[in-house]
Amino acid sequence: MGLLAKLLAQRIALGLLLLFLISIFIFAGTLLLPGDVAQQILGQTATPEALANLRAKLGVNEPPIDRYLTWLGGLLTGDLGTALTSGQNINEALFRRLANTFFLAFWAAIIAVPLAIFLGLLAVRFRDRWPDKLISASTLSTISMPEFVIGYILMFILGVKLRWFSPTAVGYRPDADLLSRLDSIAIPIMVLTLVVLAHMMRMTRAAILNVMQSAYIETAELKGLSTFTVIRKHAFPNAISPVVNVVMLNLAYLVVGVVVVEVVFVYPGLGQYLVDHVTKRDIPVVQACGIIFATIYIGLNLVADLISILTNPRLRHPK
Amino acid sequence: MNDQLNYYARRAALGLISRREFIGRALALGATAATANTLLSSAVKAAGPQPGGIIRLGIQGGSTTDNLDPATAANFAATQGNLLWGEALLSLVDGGGLAGRVAESYEGSPDAKTWRFKLRDGITYSNGKPVTSDDVVATIERHAGEDTESGALGLLRDIDTVTAEDNTVVIGLKNPNADLPYYMQDYHLIIQPDGGKDDPTAAIGTGPYILKEFEAGVRSVFEKNPNYWGDYGYASTIELIVINDNTARVAALQAGQVDLIDRVPPRTAGLIDKNPNITVHSVPSSGHYVFIMHCDTAPFNNNDLRLALKHGINRQEMVDKILFGYGSAGNDTPINAAYPLYTEFEQREYDPDKAKFHFNKSGYDGSILLRTSDNSFPGAPDAAALFQQSLAAAGIKLEIKREPNDGYWSEVWNKQPFCTSYWGGRPIQDQMFSTAYLSSADWNDTRFFNDEFDKLLVTARGEVNTTKRKQIYADMGTVLRNEGGLICPMFNDFVDAQSSRIVGWKNETPGFALMNNSAPMRMWVKA
Repeated sequence: MGLLAKLLAQRIALGLLLLFLISIFIFAGTLLLPGDVAQQILGQTATPEALANLRAKLGVNEPPIDRYLTWLGGLLTGDLGTALTSGQNINEALFRRLANTFFLAFWAAIIAVPLAIFLGLLAVRFRDRWPDKLISASTLSTISMPEFVIGYILMFILGVKLRWFSPTAVGYRPDADLLSRLDSIAIPIMVLTLVVLAHMMRMTRAAILNVMQSAYIETAELKGLSTFTVIRKHAFPNAISPVVNVVMLNLAYLVVGVVVVEVVFVYPGLGQYLVDHVTKRDIPVVQACGIIFATIYIGLNLVADLISILTNPRLRHPK
Repeated sequence: MNDQLNYYARRAALGLISRREFIGRALALGATAATANTLLSSAVKAAGPQPGGIIRLGIQGGSTTDNLDPATAANFAATQGNLLWGEALLSLVDGGGLAGRVAESYEGSPDAKTWRFKLRDGITYSNGKPVTSDDVVATIERHAGEDTESGALGLLRDIDTVTAEDNTVVIGLKNPNADLPYYMQDYHLIIQPDGGKDDPTAAIGTGPYILKEFEAGVRSVFEKNPNYWGDYGYASTIELIVINDNTARVAALQAGQVDLIDRVPPRTAGLIDKNPNITVHSVPSSGHYVFIMHCDTAPFNNNDLRLALKHGINRQEMVDKILFGYGSAGNDTPINAAYPLYTEFEQREYDPDKAKFHFNKSGYDGSILLRTSDNSFPGAPDAAALFQQSLAAAGIKLEIKREPNDGYWSEVWNKQPFCTSYWGGRPIQDQMFSTAYLSSADWNDTRFFNDEFDKLLVTARGEVNTTKRKQIYADMGTVLRNEGGLICPMFNDFVDAQSSRIVGWKNETPGFALMNNSAPMRMWVKA
């Protein structure tokens, strides 16, 4: 276990270094965008005087390095600062929205991950027969469609025509009861599920099929075990590592990649918040969101690595 | 039969029988469905405004970066929210003209240099404090001050002195301006306690509603102000929900999640209107979509080339294909019948021969580069392609460069010599001309420097005789139309839509969309 702790410490240190580099890249990236925050706030109604006054008030006349260092200092003490545009405390707004994003991602994952793995197992069980082909064809076709197209189609059929669920999440309140919150996000959950299903399903199928070629599987079959038991007890544990990797990537996508779904369904998550502030060149917020997203990505990958190691004796005891 | 029908219509209007039941009985009495519907809606209006209930408004434009300071309100959702809790001195009225809000009445001196605004007696802010003339002075000072960020600064430059005399505010101007009262209805100039100097985002004003919840770019909730002085504000609650996605906004209306939406996409407006529970309102506006040339940059510094392009655009085709009929053809001035002192010109038609003639006369023979982007106006890239084809028929080669939406207003508009853009229009000619066509204008986005035009504008400001002013504006229109850098192919209608849950829509309100933002407080929930 000492080895594991050392490994964990190494990974976390690397992750932090990566986060630091990412913060520099994000800051440099926002500087390259055309126009500045004052111009974006005032838009078409900007007069030269108003621009100058606003720039002075927002402190964007200071050199970029100074602004970056101030921000980094705040970050290290857990203070993400205030948004230039609205003057709001970033911590407060960001974590409220992050909770919404997690809520949506959680429910999408609860449905998508087991479903994908189950369909993957099913596909292996009926390999090259019609259930396998049907599963592959349908999941691949939903992943091939842009998510907003699937979104609009489901919105129209399930929300506007059949009235089974709310077509948009405009009625979503974080403090409402669970059932009404789930009604608000039912269609977004379906869209996200359809979008991430194929990737995880195909990976499960491929990883297990790979294991199924091994000699010990043949032994298990010769013992007289049913195909499903062979897959479940002998093949799947050895296929966990690649499956976990792809599951984690998709979980990360459910948190950081759902901007389009959030916009289409008017869901107050972090994606919409980020996009609005990029448009307005509100650099502190963009950086805060960037750091949060990067942390989630790096964290989930760290978890994937750890699970791979724990489930694989060869990685657990390296020579 | 008619008495019976009217009786049922009244009962339906008062909510004693359902709409479905009423239509059923009307049909049984031998009326057509159309007659029954018309009868019902007029009965509902006749029954008068009903207090209570909630109106939910799905609105575009809001952003999570918004705040509540009226000085920096720069999108439609922010403006709408501010005008629920606050009021300016004056407001536009149906059919044209001004009405008092915080100010009860106003009068100008004969030379139009001094304006006196008498405040309404005994009105209070939503925090219970009385409105004083000092607050009004402070408001104007804040928006016109040295260190202001206000979008109204451009309007207030000519103000020399602002003083409070008892219950009256006196504004002294550096130059005469017969239209000053119109500036005082601008949506930035909401009267706040101490002018909002100490707390600009407090959302304390004299409006018919009180802000209860505000989440920027998501939603705000307003409750009726029990002490409001006026007669606006029937619903007890108004919920403002930001829905920027066009399809989602329409879907939310269709599914009954909201009662009223703005900016229905013209492409689908006709289809939505077929839904019996939804009414689409198309209101002619002073907003227009434009192609703008810098008059001081080659090759556009040649008036023959500008005329060639003006003759080479097919205006009606654009109204049909870009606005899907929800608009009207432009005539290369920013002014249309929505303005109080409008004079009609002969419509400039698409004429490839004239375009060719002027193009040859200009001596230029290269291709012309037009920059466009999706957000410069809805359908701008398609409009550019139509323009390219209509010019090709005249032998003029137009090259189209598609620019990214992001940064279009800071990098392309008002910087590049020829691009697509839009204007929201202004309530009066003077404001439109001084905003964008005066030599010294901040947003002279056609780089139009014309002494005659400038002189006429200043003359018009000091001219209190309306007939003479109208003639001056007509002359200015002629100059702009024949020499300006503006190609104005179309004026867009404001296309809003409502569900049958609410009533009270009026088509004759000038200004911006949603009845110049007054729809939520002037419509009511059907009992």
